[in-house]
Amino acid sequence: MRPFEYVTPETSKEAIGLLGKSWGATEILAGGTDLLALMKDDVVTPKRLVNIKGLKDLQGVNASPQGLRIGALTTLGELADDATLKKDYPAVAEAVIEAASPQIRNMATIGGNLCQRPRCWYFRSGLGLSPKDEAGKDVVGAGDNRYHAILGNEGAVKFVSPSTLAPILIAHRAKLTLEGPRGKRELPLEKFFVAPKTASDREHDLGPNELVTELILPAASGWSAAHYEIRQKAAFDWPLAVAAVSLKMSGKNVQAARVVLGYVAPTPWLSPAAEKALTGQSITEDVAEKAAAAALATAKPLSQNAYKVQLARVALKRAILKAGGAA
Amino acid sequence: MHDDEDDLKHPSDNNQERSGVSRRDFLKISGIAAAVPAVAGAPTDLAAQTGAPVYGPGKVPMEFTINGKTYKAQLEPRVTLLDALRDEFEITGAKRVCDRGECGACTVLIKGKTVYACSILAIEAQQTPIMTVESIMAEGKLHPIQQAFIDNDASQCGFCTPGFVVSCKAMLDAVPSPSADQIRQHMSGNLCRCGTYEGIRKAIAQVAQKGA
Amino acid sequence: MADYGWPKAEDRSLIGKRTTRVDAPAKVSGQAKYTYDTHRPGMLYGKIVRCPYAKAKIVSIDTSAAEKLAGVKAVHVIQKVGSTVQWAGDEVVAIAAVDERVADDAARLVKIQYQKMPHFVSDAEPPKGAGDTAGPMSEDDIDDAISNQMPDQQLIEYLGTHGVTFKADADYFKQVKEWGYPDPVIEAIRKAQFHEVKGGGGHSNYQRAAAITQGEGAKALATADVVSDGLYGASAITHCCLESHGSISEWTEPDKLFVHMSTQNVSGIPGQMAEPLKIPAANIRVHQDHIGGGFGSKFSPDRWGVATAEISKKADGKPVRIMLERDTELEIAGMRPSAFARVKVGAKKDGTIVAWQSDSWGTGGPGGGGMPPIPYVFNIANQEKNHTAIKTNQGPARAWRAPSHPQAAAITMCALEDCAAKLEMDPVEFFLKNLDLAKPRTEIYREELGIASDLMGWKQKWQPRGKNRSGNIAHGLGLSMHTWGGRGHNSDCDFTINPDGSVEIKLGSQDLGTGTRTSIMVVAADTLGIPLDQIKLFIGDSTYPVSGGSGGSTTIGGVSSSTRRAAVDARDALFAKVAPALNVQPDQLEAVSGNIRVKGDSSRSLSWKDACSKIGAMPITSHGKNPDRAKPPDLTNSGVGGVQMAEVQVDVDTGIVQVKKMVAVQDCGLIINLKTAESQCYGALIMGISYALFEEKIMDPVTGRMLNPNMQFYRLAGLNDIPELVVHMMTGKGYDERGVIGLGEPPVISPGAAIANAVANALGVRVPFLPLTPDRVLAALQQNAKKGAA
Repeated sequence: MRPFEYVTPETSKEAIGLLGKSWGATEILAGGTDLLALMKDDVVTPKRLVNIKGLKDLQGVNASPQGLRIGALTTLGELADDATLKKDYPAVAEAVIEAASPQIRNMATIGGNLCQRPRCWYFRSGLGLSPKDEAGKDVVGAGDNRYHAILGNEGAVKFVSPSTLAPILIAHRAKLTLEGPRGKRELPLEKFFVAPKTASDREHDLGPNELVTELILPAASGWSAAHYEIRQKAAFDWPLAVAAVSLKMSGKNVQAARVVLGYVAPTPWLSPAAEKALTGQSITEDVAEKAAAAALATAKPLSQNAYKVQLARVALKRAILKAGGAA
Repeated sequence: MHDDEDDLKHPSDNNQERSGVSRRDFLKISGIAAAVPAVAGAPTDLAAQTGAPVYGPGKVPMEFTINGKTYKAQLEPRVTLLDALRDEFEITGAKRVCDRGECGACTVLIKGKTVYACSILAIEAQQTPIMTVESIMAEGKLHPIQQAFIDNDASQCGFCTPGFVVSCKAMLDAVPSPSADQIRQHMSGNLCRCGTYEGIRKAIAQVAQKGA
Repeated sequence: MADYGWPKAEDRSLIGKRTTRVDAPAKVSGQAKYTYDTHRPGMLYGKIVRCPYAKAKIVSIDTSAAEKLAGVKAVHVIQKVGSTVQWAGDEVVAIAAVDERVADDAARLVKIQYQKMPHFVSDAEPPKGAGDTAGPMSEDDIDDAISNQMPDQQLIEYLGTHGVTFKADADYFKQVKEWGYPDPVIEAIRKAQFHEVKGGGGHSNYQRAAAITQGEGAKALATADVVSDGLYGASAITHCCLESHGSISEWTEPDKLFVHMSTQNVSGIPGQMAEPLKIPAANIRVHQDHIGGGFGSKFSPDRWGVATAEISKKADGKPVRIMLERDTELEIAGMRPSAFARVKVGAKKDGTIVAWQSDSWGTGGPGGGGMPPIPYVFNIANQEKNHTAIKTNQGPARAWRAPSHPQAAAITMCALEDCAAKLEMDPVEFFLKNLDLAKPRTEIYREELGIASDLMGWKQKWQPRGKNRSGNIAHGLGLSMHTWGGRGHNSDCDFTINPDGSVEIKLGSQDLGTGTRTSIMVVAADTLGIPLDQIKLFIGDSTYPVSGGSGGSTTIGGVSSSTRRAAVDARDALFAKVAPALNVQPDQLEAVSGNIRVKGDSSRSLSWKDACSKIGAMPITSHGKNPDRAKPPDLTNSGVGGVQMAEVQVDVDTGIVQVKKMVAVQDCGLIINLKTAESQCYGALIMGISYALFEEKIMDPVTGRMLNPNMQFYRLAGLNDIPELVVHMMTGKGYDERGVIGLGEPPVISPGAAIANAVANALGVRVPFLPLTPDRVLAALQQNAKKGAA
């Protein structure tokens, strides 16, 4: 790790003042589980670390009739233990427990989970989000892409968005609050994730001097949600495919649906096609299968990851059946 | 020192380093400007515009409570808790294996909760009690989970063992009679290479039975 | 001569029983000190600057800025300008500094320029005919030949006969002259005939490493009623020792070195460091209390270990610690070679195997590597085998528990199981039918197959291929068999009985976590009839009597045999001292339950302590030495057999394999400590599940580097991936009298093959290669579906 100076602001205003206007020179330290690894690997090399753990207004989980407001510094462990989350958002609670080992859950924050950098092995080797060889050729395409994107992979980047929580949160229509020098802004969580168009773009709609302050989960009554991960190991492991589904039922039929895939694209992948295929239907094996097929219809696998198309389809089918109570 | 943003720009930010091959080797292919050498010094107030205290990048005085005892050292902010424990205080029960929060060999307790000591800066771990595997044997007496590890031959080379002991203890403190699913959730953060899981599973069962 | 033979079963107080390992309390409390935990006064921290390229020539090295950095105590160039680096992560410059951070900073200040060269890291199936004949040399080939110190004359002759694949220009000759190519070689390149090679490069990465015909060869396939045909193998994996490789070196005098090293070979390290350091081996002391895993990868000091000593010397002899970082540990400090094969097996209708034909390939890194011992266990009468070794820039292979055997089992046992499936035979029946080919262990295997079948419930559970499916879950059973040598190595032992009754034993051996310490003490305590805690054991120091390295399952036979000899001699010497007091001849005495007593008369007895008080002023000392290895062994032996069975379930929609149960039945002669022996088997099954399902050293064709040198994408099985495990040790009559045989390797050989066979049984289709990852499982299912449709 390179040397850096370490600052411990007490308010978000102070913290924002300590962050630079461009990426690279400063980094926000919260749980630190991803950041320290990136720094040890010389992938990020900040000269200043702004430890925001002292920011009181970014802590705590508050329930209200409108939903759940989750401070960005809430650890995954605190979140998993939250009684309201367990009761009203069981699919989220399940995803939180599966998201990391207990040690990581005790350290990592929900804000950090959403801001973690891609696990792409080329990125982690210091080759950037859009790795190119000396001749300017795309490294991921020519290299080993078994874990890379099968959707939305025709632009500058082919990594997969790393948060295993984002899909189920987006399925719940979660919103994110950010705070910067010009005050607060709120955006739907799905808008927070962007596929970089150039090598220097970031994968989040986040300014270098902005903080993620709060995650808002709207009230979920009337909705039934499910999260499904396919991973090699029985306990915590980076998944090969993630699917999250939220259904609003009207009697036996789906009145509205949110379908989000994870680990398939550079962002969490909303599938209007699958939502359309579900709307108005009652959940059966066949309906689930058709909706899953619709979600993956536009998949364009790379040289080594065609198997992920099937995995994503299966994950989604199972999530739909789980949300629909059929599995 | 760095009260101006341009000054904060790191030499490596010009992307030379990321474009090529430099990985964890911190290696220069061709001449690239130097990293700033570590400079020793007390905490310096550099963020005048905010008033927040700034420490480093040189060494700053730190104080820790480890296994009930106070430890003091002059350390740079970039020193991890694990390296402080092992190299500064010679408390070596927590092991450095992956150094990336993946294997659990460095598991210690902070406020009774398991954390990876490799993934937390020492400077953050001040003013909070830290318990390492060394503290689990109280006054020379083995904790039941340690005895159960011994009885069930739950260590081979033993390098992962301290981390497993800490994780098992934390689990059994929280859930005295864990279900299979609870064991799955609690024990997913530690890895063994020799294959001692059979003994560990039996050790957990032994303590869980007695506790129930 | 004393009777060193092992005590009869009824006379054993500890041997063969379950003894808790003596160092377990130290390990569970964090007190056990490993090399990585060791702090020496004034210790400096080392860092190695490594080459990021899979293949490159070092053009320049500038360490001036690093040397000037405050806190840097020494800088040492390991590979000079002009050297060709053959794998990424190879060491170039070492730094020693006051702490790790300064060493890191200094490493970043070292400026090295490389000339990148084309690398080759793929172990995919070689093109037809590759490696058949010697061909012309590329620039790389010549450079490799020179780096690998091929004799000049041989190289010149080769160039004269085979020519070159490139047109050398003036720049080339200028450059190779600078690199120090000998003039006669340059002249030979100038004169060499040019041959155009299509596709360029890579040609000579393939080497025909074996071409063997036995009996009628492949012709015998024509006489078979059925011929199975398949693709099998195992990808390269790494050792991933949790304690990385490394050492602390310090010069206690200008020509005397003290080394703490994480090693499987304490006694052997001084001899290996002596030559590069140009000091006598006797001037080097190596010490190790505990080691955090070796698995075959820690026999040598390695270049970084020598560099640690060299940089310590430059830093005025101060202790310098260099432990590898995790990525380097996975990238270069461990590798089990890959091995793959296309195999045809011919059999008669009744299941008798008549012929084997294989075309195999694989890589062991720059050296290429050899053919695994296939067909494994079964000596099939007619065989035709060809092996192509692939030289790659993956980093060098190291011995991985039972070198080449797990790969051989994966290829052979899967090919045989496919043949059984083609015959529509239960594989257990098929293996039993052919056990005559498994001489001399035919009867052992027969007994083991029976026991394993019972423990697995094979008869109740087994169904023909692809027939046991509920919904998307397919269930299957599989088996494999293995063998290993495991005769004890040389391991000298100094043994002392003190007049106060204390016992001290010294061996230069090491305890890899197998329980060696405990086993030595069990043998000594059983021989003397005293409890374990009366014995002080000292191991892990090269000043102690020489022991062999702990590899190849040779340790238990070695240390138990020399300890038994030394203990018997010391005990007999004690009997001689005690006999007058009890008024009998020494040979009428026995050492039992903490007493020395007259055989058959427990009333005439002295307590151990009282007996030892008769020793006099000087302690009793003895030296245990094993017989020359040229002679037949007595207390140890060689050659074991084992059978393993696996039960799996496969989600056919996701390709995820879960092992539900494993059974290991293992013979290892006389068991010293049943508890740690069983742990070896449990551990081996677990390690086996890990390499069967998860582990793969993934090499990047683009950068030539390992892509997963970490513990998140180099997956190791976790607690939750491990199912019910059943271990059965073959003990008692027919086994005990064979003597002690090593156990470290055998049980880790079969899990991959057994699991792969269970998956084939579940799916009805063969997934060719380990690890059985979802992509491979789904690909096999899809291919099969296509075949079905066609």
